[in-house]
Amino acid sequence: MNRPSWRRLLATVTPGAFWLVVFSLLPTLLILYASFLQRGPHGWLSGPLTLANYARFFGISSSGFDPLYLNILGRSFLLGVVTTVAVVLLGYPFAFFIARSRHKNLLLLLVVLPFWTNFLIRVYAWIVIFQRRGVLNALLSYLHLPTLHLYPSWTAVYVGTIYTYLPFLILPLYASVEKVDWTLLEAAYDLGAGRVRGFWHAVFPQTLPGLVAGLLLVFIPALGTFVISDLLGAGKAILIGNVIQQQFGGSRDWAFGSAAAFVLMALVLLGLWLYARRAGENGMGELL
Amino acid sequence: MEQRRLFKGKRTRTPVGDAIVRLSGVSKRYAGGTLALNDVSFEVRAGEFFSLLGPSGCGKTTLLRILAGFEEPDSGRVEIAGADARGLPPYRRPVNMVFQNYALFPHMNVFANVAFGLRMKQVPEDELRQRVAWALELVDIEQLAQRRPHELSGGQRQRVALARALVNEPEVLLLDEPLGALDYKLRKQLQVELMNLQEELGITFVYVTHDQEEALVMSDRIAVMRAGRIEQLDFPEAIYERPATAFVAQFLGTSNLIQAAYAGERLLQTPLGKLRVARPVKIGERYLISIRPEKIRLSREPIHHENTVRVRVDDIIYTGAENQYLLEAAGTELVAYTLNSDIQEPGFEEFDYDEYVYAHLPAENLVVIDEPA
Repeated sequence: MNRPSWRRLLATVTPGAFWLVVFSLLPTLLILYASFLQRGPHGWLSGPLTLANYARFFGISSSGFDPLYLNILGRSFLLGVVTTVAVVLLGYPFAFFIARSRHKNLLLLLVVLPFWTNFLIRVYAWIVIFQRRGVLNALLSYLHLPTLHLYPSWTAVYVGTIYTYLPFLILPLYASVEKVDWTLLEAAYDLGAGRVRGFWHAVFPQTLPGLVAGLLLVFIPALGTFVISDLLGAGKAILIGNVIQQQFGGSRDWAFGSAAAFVLMALVLLGLWLYARRAGENGMGELL
Repeated sequence: MEQRRLFKGKRTRTPVGDAIVRLSGVSKRYAGGTLALNDVSFEVRAGEFFSLLGPSGCGKTTLLRILAGFEEPDSGRVEIAGADARGLPPYRRPVNMVFQNYALFPHMNVFANVAFGLRMKQVPEDELRQRVAWALELVDIEQLAQRRPHELSGGQRQRVALARALVNEPEVLLLDEPLGALDYKLRKQLQVELMNLQEELGITFVYVTHDQEEALVMSDRIAVMRAGRIEQLDFPEAIYERPATAFVAQFLGTSNLIQAAYAGERLLQTPLGKLRVARPVKIGERYLISIRPEKIRLSREPIHHENTVRVRVDDIIYTGAENQYLLEAAGTELVAYTLNSDIQEPGFEEFDYDEYVYAHLPAENLVVIDEPA
């Protein structure tokens, strides 16, 4: 390589590399380091290095096995999976509806519109809807139907999470659906595929890049959510995100919080790695 | 051998089979209000290479899509292989299509693309492998079976598309400008291969193209379309030699169109003077005369008395095989081609700019069109 192209390479790579190192790699390493430290006398971090935080997280102690945090982690996974499935069921058809509609731009605007309002206010709005004398119950009693006690509840947490992350699936998926080559569907019909098989073999693979991007954008943040569960569960719905937040906040046990955060991150990365390997085997790599 | 690959004639142009596709009174109007097809009726015979030729927007692709089942006609009847095709979805029709942009499945390799139709019909795996291998060999791409479409050249993709359709052994193969995206040499070569395939397999081809040369070279019969109607349906030679309308005369090749009016039983009055024609004309009627540039004989001295016009050479184009002359007489322009062969009869040699020469328009080469301009 000659000198000018070296210079160009340096100029293009440096800002990004700088950003990743300073704002992503270093903090991650700091958290990894902190997870092996202990809570100091004043709620600060202190040595020596220990595995106690991880042992506590996995419930291993001298007095036996206590799956408290593993249960919470499982609950978070359940929320992440249910949210992702619900969001796909709602968002996948909707992305097609937008892409094939004559009012594309208006519908896209409606999808993006919630982002113009503060996230916290949107979550509080669900409280207004779900609370005992809220909008929903007013409507139900007007219709002479029995009222519901949905706030605080896990149902409210699920609804709030699904509501919040729906646009994160629709937008990348829409980008894929918009580009779908519909002649492939005609080709599939022509070759004897009916509607279902035609869609599955000719259209669905084309939407995979957007679908996978959307799944990641929904599942990973839903897994770590804590604001929604905190507000709509009124402090009683505890997820892994709430645990981590408490350690860095009220409990001031940064070392344990770091360990919990690291376990969560490791699980997500492991999942991504497994997926990428499988995708590579099936030759779907270039689709993503 | 090299020549053989690019050179292929039609030994017979007489389709003998029964009608395999029958359209009567087919019309189709699109949502925007454009009439894509206006009362189209014709028959395609079994084993025939049938071309739909016309400019873009003439309805030829709509017609093909109606045959494939992607569109339903508003009115009229479509019969394929003896069965009414009304309401029959594409996957129940005994036809297969080769798409203009090939429409190969990008996430499947060549083998899976070709096998797709057989998989949909749940053909047993052994038979499937045999038939796919046969189809790949047919179009000479056995060695590409494991490749993905994006790893193939345009010509190779074209072959895959062809194999994917032919493996299903359709009654009728529909081809939508299949060679449109390829360069000239490759197009010529694939034309020959398509013709060989069609002869070998005896499958009926319905071939949509806007390339008049392609249609002339490959087809048994051609339907020339314009604005949703068939202007003329005939053998290629007949369409070229005896165009029925001014549009056909101009769309296929180059044509000189001369306005004419009755001047006698086989005589027409034109801006070039009186011209004798081969067929009788009617009193008071106006006509158009069409003559192909290569049928005009140019000479320094007048050889014939009749149908000979004194013209001035206005411009000359040298194309290698022939000289093309733009001639002018009495405010009318004529185009004439002469072959650049070494052996030139006296008086038929090359002419110069602004030279006055004699153009002989033989009566048997004047096509009289019943259509005033």
